[in-house]
Amino acid sequence: MTPDILEALTAARAAKRPVVLATILADGTQMLLPDSVRSEALNNAARQALERDESTTVTLEGADIFLHAYAPPIRLVIVGAVHIAQSLVPMAAHLGVSVIVVDPRRSFATAERFPNVTLMDDWPDDAMDKIAPDSRTAIITLTHDPKLDDPALDRALRSDAFYIGSLGSRKTHASRLARLRDLGHDDAALARIRGPVGLHIGAVTAPEIALSILGEFVAVRRNAEPKK
Amino acid sequence: MSETSDILATAAAWRAAGEDVAIATVTQTWGSSPRPAGSQLAITRSGKMAGSVSGGCIEGAVADIGLEVLDSGTPRLMDFGITDERAWEVGLACGGKLKVFVERLA
Repeated sequence: MTPDILEALTAARAAKRPVVLATILADGTQMLLPDSVRSEALNNAARQALERDESTTVTLEGADIFLHAYAPPIRLVIVGAVHIAQSLVPMAAHLGVSVIVVDPRRSFATAERFPNVTLMDDWPDDAMDKIAPDSRTAIITLTHDPKLDDPALDRALRSDAFYIGSLGSRKTHASRLARLRDLGHDDAALARIRGPVGLHIGAVTAPEIALSILGEFVAVRRNAEPKK
Repeated sequence: MSETSDILATAAAWRAAGEDVAIATVTQTWGSSPRPAGSQLAITRSGKMAGSVSGGCIEGAVADIGLEVLDSGTPRLMDFGITDERAWEVGLACGGKLKVFVERLA
């Protein structure tokens, strides 16, 4: 890999711009895609690899070309800088996820409790509007407090977020769904919320609950619908 | 959710610190190979290693090829896999098959 390619690839990743490193396997020639000077077929193959977030070898015009997809990291928005979040954040970071913690209560969302993570002290609806969740965003609410969880879930349901989870008992969840229904969300929309959040592994402690949530998150991310 | 980006960052940091660095990347897999395409192993001439291209079955062989690539400067595409049950010692215990591209970080 030449210094030029490495520099351009590093810059794209730092800017969270999706990019493919293409390598012609016969001679090691490399280029970054998409690039308008390259063929349409090559650019299309690169876009497909990015969409699937899957690196692959393709054969185009008789040449084997390895397409290494560098999609920007998945974002995980955690609403509630609570005890469980303190376990969830480092575990999620270890999965390569880019984590944002939202909590307007200053005593919770401190850099001391949450080192090395993006903290937002906006109200959850304002925070969501700034974050602009997309199909590579997951959102988990942990506060149990309707005035914090509800606006976050309302915005989450209006987005393409691929995973929406909400901590709380079955009873809490039922009343939460009733409130969100009053905000205009129908059953199909409400079914997107995973509640009670997480896989059923009998989790008790904060790290165990974090593990159960992340287990479900990975299953959804990898298209393996988890068993409840 | 890809750790491969971190391996590249690690390799780049080693290179910036003046190390000779080779990167091996899985480009294609068949059967029960443990690591998907895009998985990377970075090695230095001084013996540092980061990442993996298998479950530990072929990292040693790949590291040797990495040193050859550092000497020659010419990238290589390697095939690994079992074609014969008795070929245990040169292949993957898991029965998978994969291609690995090894290049020098210039």
